[in-house]
Amino acid sequence: MTKIKSLADLKKLKGDLQSKIALREKSDTPEGRVIVKVAMSTCGIASGAKDVMEYMIDEFEKRSIDAIVTQTGCIGYCYAEPTVEITLPGNEPVVYGYVDTRKADEIIEKYIKNQELVDGILPVNYQTIEKDKEE
Amino acid sequence: MIKINIDNRTVEVEKGTTIFHAAKKLGIEIPTLCYMNLGDLNIEHKPGGCRVCVVEVEGRRNLAPACATDCYEGMVVKTHSMRVLNARKTVLELILSDHPFDCLVCAKSGTCDLQDMAIKMGVRSIPFQGEKSTYKPDFSPAIIREMDKCIMCRRCETMCNDFQTVGVLSGIHRGFEAVVAPAFERDLDHSECTYCGQCVAVCPTGALVEVDHTTQLIRDLADTNKKVIVQTAPAVRAALGEAFGLEPGTLVTGKMVAALRRLGFDYVFDTDFAADLTIMEEGTELLDRLTRFLGGDKEVKLPMLTSCCPGWVNFFEYHFPDMRDIPSTARSPQQMFGSIAKTYFADKIETKREDMIVVSVMPCVAKKYECTRDEFAVDGNPDVDYSISTRELAMLIKRSNIDFNSLPEEDFDKPMGESTGAGVIFGATGGVIEAAVRSAYELHTKKQLEKIDFEQLRGLGGIRSASVDFDGVEIKIGIAHGLGNARKLLEDIKAGKSEYHAIEIMACPGGCIGGGGQPLHHGNPEIIKARQKAIYQEDAGKPIRKSHENPYIIKLYEEFLGEPMSEKAHHLLHTHYFDKKKKDILID
Amino acid sequence: MAKFKMHMLVCGGTGCRASASDMLYENLVKEVKENGLEDEVQVVTTGCFGFCEKGPIVKVIPDNTFYVSVEPGDAKDIIAEHAIKGRRVQRLLYVDPTNKEQIADSKGMGFYKKQIRIALRNCGMIDPENIEEYLAADGYEALGKVLTEMTPDEAIQEMIDSGLRGRGGGGFPTGVKWKLAAKEKADQKYVVCNADEGDPGAFMDRSILEGDPHTVLEAMVINGYCIGASKGLVYIRAEYPLAIYRLKIAIEQAREYGLLGNDILGTGFSFDVEIRYGAGAFVCGEETALIHSMEGERGEPTFKPPFPAQSGYLGKPTNVNNVETFANIPVIYNKGAKWFASIGTEKSTGTKVFALAGKINNVGLIEVPMGITLREVIFEVGGGIKDGKKFKAVQTGGPSGGCLTEKHLDTPIDFDNLLAVGSMMGSGGMIVMDEDDCMVAVAKFYLDFTVEESCGKCSPCRIGNKRLYELLDKITKGQADKEDMDNLRNLSYVIRDTSLCGLGQTSPNPVLSTMDNFLDEYMAHIEEGRCPSGVCKDLIRYEVIPENCVGCTACARNCPVNCIAGERKQLHIIDQALCIKCGACLEKCKFNAIAII
Repeated sequence: MTKIKSLADLKKLKGDLQSKIALREKSDTPEGRVIVKVAMSTCGIASGAKDVMEYMIDEFEKRSIDAIVTQTGCIGYCYAEPTVEITLPGNEPVVYGYVDTRKADEIIEKYIKNQELVDGILPVNYQTIEKDKEE
Repeated sequence: MIKINIDNRTVEVEKGTTIFHAAKKLGIEIPTLCYMNLGDLNIEHKPGGCRVCVVEVEGRRNLAPACATDCYEGMVVKTHSMRVLNARKTVLELILSDHPFDCLVCAKSGTCDLQDMAIKMGVRSIPFQGEKSTYKPDFSPAIIREMDKCIMCRRCETMCNDFQTVGVLSGIHRGFEAVVAPAFERDLDHSECTYCGQCVAVCPTGALVEVDHTTQLIRDLADTNKKVIVQTAPAVRAALGEAFGLEPGTLVTGKMVAALRRLGFDYVFDTDFAADLTIMEEGTELLDRLTRFLGGDKEVKLPMLTSCCPGWVNFFEYHFPDMRDIPSTARSPQQMFGSIAKTYFADKIETKREDMIVVSVMPCVAKKYECTRDEFAVDGNPDVDYSISTRELAMLIKRSNIDFNSLPEEDFDKPMGESTGAGVIFGATGGVIEAAVRSAYELHTKKQLEKIDFEQLRGLGGIRSASVDFDGVEIKIGIAHGLGNARKLLEDIKAGKSEYHAIEIMACPGGCIGGGGQPLHHGNPEIIKARQKAIYQEDAGKPIRKSHENPYIIKLYEEFLGEPMSEKAHHLLHTHYFDKKKKDILID
Repeated sequence: MAKFKMHMLVCGGTGCRASASDMLYENLVKEVKENGLEDEVQVVTTGCFGFCEKGPIVKVIPDNTFYVSVEPGDAKDIIAEHAIKGRRVQRLLYVDPTNKEQIADSKGMGFYKKQIRIALRNCGMIDPENIEEYLAADGYEALGKVLTEMTPDEAIQEMIDSGLRGRGGGGFPTGVKWKLAAKEKADQKYVVCNADEGDPGAFMDRSILEGDPHTVLEAMVINGYCIGASKGLVYIRAEYPLAIYRLKIAIEQAREYGLLGNDILGTGFSFDVEIRYGAGAFVCGEETALIHSMEGERGEPTFKPPFPAQSGYLGKPTNVNNVETFANIPVIYNKGAKWFASIGTEKSTGTKVFALAGKINNVGLIEVPMGITLREVIFEVGGGIKDGKKFKAVQTGGPSGGCLTEKHLDTPIDFDNLLAVGSMMGSGGMIVMDEDDCMVAVAKFYLDFTVEESCGKCSPCRIGNKRLYELLDKITKGQADKEDMDNLRNLSYVIRDTSLCGLGQTSPNPVLSTMDNFLDEYMAHIEEGRCPSGVCKDLIRYEVIPENCVGCTACARNCPVNCIAGERKQLHIIDQALCIKCGACLEKCKFNAIAII
């Protein structure tokens, strides 16, 4: 990576990265990929998030599902760790709590394959500043 | 200048003045247990830790520590409002609630700052009962630590770390378990402690005291088969009177001699005699090194450092062991005395070495350790059997029903009681080098000194330098007191930046007069100044003021030693140093 | 497999469940089946919506209809009207209390979302180990803006205008703090990030560093530019290994991208960040103690002045801010001081992150606007009290804070209000207590912590807190008398009045606030030898209630000290002399035959 030399460079890079991510995820198109974010902060890891993440990566490969699994920080639902956010192409993100490998299996089979919601959704109960921007 | 109001009185002070000092200007003594300011010695300790000095400042949410709070224009302070008095007493009660109640048997009883404070505050009971801190007492050859009695004023830490840069004592653990101790709670004997005793000198309670040798001394004095000989260091006579209510700086040489005689010593001698002897040896060594240096010898080690101070010797053995060939090899006066007493003098009085007990009275606690050094013993019999501090002597005099103040003035015994003014000034910073210069000058130039007093070598500056004209050769002299100051000079030498030919180093502030074994100064630097004055006063009154003119020294060389630096002198009066850095201090 | 046309999300949060949401769920499923909609409508339970006051809640997807206060009997209507006819059930819609309008679409219900995420904006959104995701989320744009478009003075003014106050506990205005450090002349200055989070139960800073480390770095560079510092240090406790790991990665990446190091963004400004580890002493969160610890000295506070802004790390002017404070900063520059100041209250702008813990359903990390009430935080965002118990108190501000009660619940949370009611904001720990908590024991718990964590430098904190603890211990053992209460109060005042640093000045707060708000509990311990909450072991005993005991032997089998005697199907008896009051018997008894007396 070469260094960012100016604010203009920075802004250009931001634009590039945003479109790169959009392209990778194809999140707005029905043929896009499934985005899975696993909350991997200390609380999540302590409750087993690592196992869940590994399990999901393995299973996606076994079951030939086109998905991107990434880690992220704490979403705040510490009472329900491990938590996993799933974004199906063209859909709003859905957060599941208390995810263990059994639950992960259920999520893959029911939600990711069939868009059938699974018990244990954590409703989004906060505003983000991006949302605020849109309004 | 800013104006502030304290207890309804106005006072003008300079910006940066604390409430504590502003109040002092008005004659208001705000009590404190941790604050300490040894003005001219450049030691100020204000951790704001004891919280006894709290006062009420108008407009401030909580109480302010007077010792650490600067005045500002228009400040209104109350030093004895109900809120203050209650808080102060409660804080004191808290401190007492974690303190053993063994005042009656405590070494510090009567001179304890905490005890004084309890009396002053009228504490009659402690409302708080609970766990007390308990620690294993630490007995070293010189200092006893009983940390049950520590009130965490941390003065010892300031002396050990900031002033002495020895770095042995520091706060460890947290909260209620917090205590001052060597690293890993080792005992002092397994630390790099130099036994300088400055921690003892400033400890407000009985947490740090010297090892007590008075019981041993009483036993020896009672033993009719033993010849018990005492030597008294120069600084003792300038401070002992304080223990008997005399003004600081009162010289009590004659009364001290009388008291020692009444205690039952067979011979009352003077370490000053040995100080004169030290000058003969050390002065000769200096002259020898100088002559070789001026003759172009590149191998010669200069500057030469003095070696009379046992705390200083310990310091360089621990911290600068690679430079241990620089100090003079001359033993300290205490050890020279012991060595001569148990050979030359023992022969004279036809007493066997093992039947002779040599005791020293020292302003020092490191001397206690010095006595125990293996190299200062013959077949396990030490040259000096043990050393007692000025404080221990005072206690012993009181205990032996001697009314010190009404004693007559008596003279030291001969031959080892005869000394010169040069020996006396060993007790103050700069004195050893001045004594050395007096003799070295005359021995080198073969001329009489016109003026014996070298004012340029005196004073209380931490590091001083002066030059003396040796008949056309300029001799540069450095003086340091306090090991932190010594460290600076040593680091200069190490870096090749030192220009000195000779350096005098004393571990304690002001030299031996400010030693760890002296009556407590309780944070008053004026006391040390007064003692210094007394030392020079004693010197000025002496008929002989140059060591090499001491007739008994001359006689000693004639009858016994031959000449300075002779083989016999080497054997009896010189020593060698050790690399203590390598000492495995991890062994517990 | 069917593709559902409609999803009904039924809140399964504890609060809603307490108002029969499970029955509602069952009824909805029944209705779906009866109407033959199994292939079209899916009913699922969810976690808490954070709107428990109006529970149970049903949300219908895809039209985002939000039904509130739904009773089990409403299932019929919802299915018949909404699922079959596609008409919203009007009477179940939420009514805006201000304009009395019905709100159908939850998307328009921004106000029910009590949380606004500024400091936590990227936590759970981006991969913290990938700088590109941060850059894609406006990362380092604030830095670019400040470095190229603003002078340090302007940037500081922006900070002052935003009204941001230090989130570490003290609430000192950040911009003013920066100005003080900027004013000093020195060859070297430092920016320090205080990541020595130490309050029991608090993990806001850790979560930010783990979830969004770049935001802290970006803010530190901005801070450096404003005060004229070229070096930044993050003081982080060594027991946060993941945060340290991610911070290290972030520092490496930022250097690689030229966002740390020399000549940042071609502006000529240079700044770099290093990490310093703390050994986990609570007192090292105090800025002077923190600085001493970084210097390798004993972590002890020293008297201020001089303030770190004048003489801090290595004697140089130093600005210390906390992680959460830094996390707010890039947003302030991106969206403007005015925008930031519009959130929260007049004197406490923006949001505050709290770590909700204790007897609360939604234990977790929340970020709420300043000015929100404790009630909203506890009963809505937090989902109310666990197991349907009664709320008793909430402890804010960690060991330095106080316990607030029912009567404080409607206090808007900001720095000054909390202080006024005898507690404080602190760094953001919030521990909720219910009827089963003994307030004397709670005060004792906090004192135990303070005694452990006092540095021991000043007498009132070192010994006083220990004595406070011992007095409380005496009370919980039923050995105290009224004089001890006087001593307790006096000692608390003196410790507060005379201690050197904030730790001791606030450590009696849990004692004083519980004495003020729960004096009856103290007196019950002292005068009656009784612990009203049944917590203090020395004042309670476990007894078998003869009429309920069926002699199942479960208690006897589970007693760790074998002090329960009784034959099968016979009455059991607890030997009080041997009982250690562990409570195992109470827990195991299925017949309510064990009671705390």
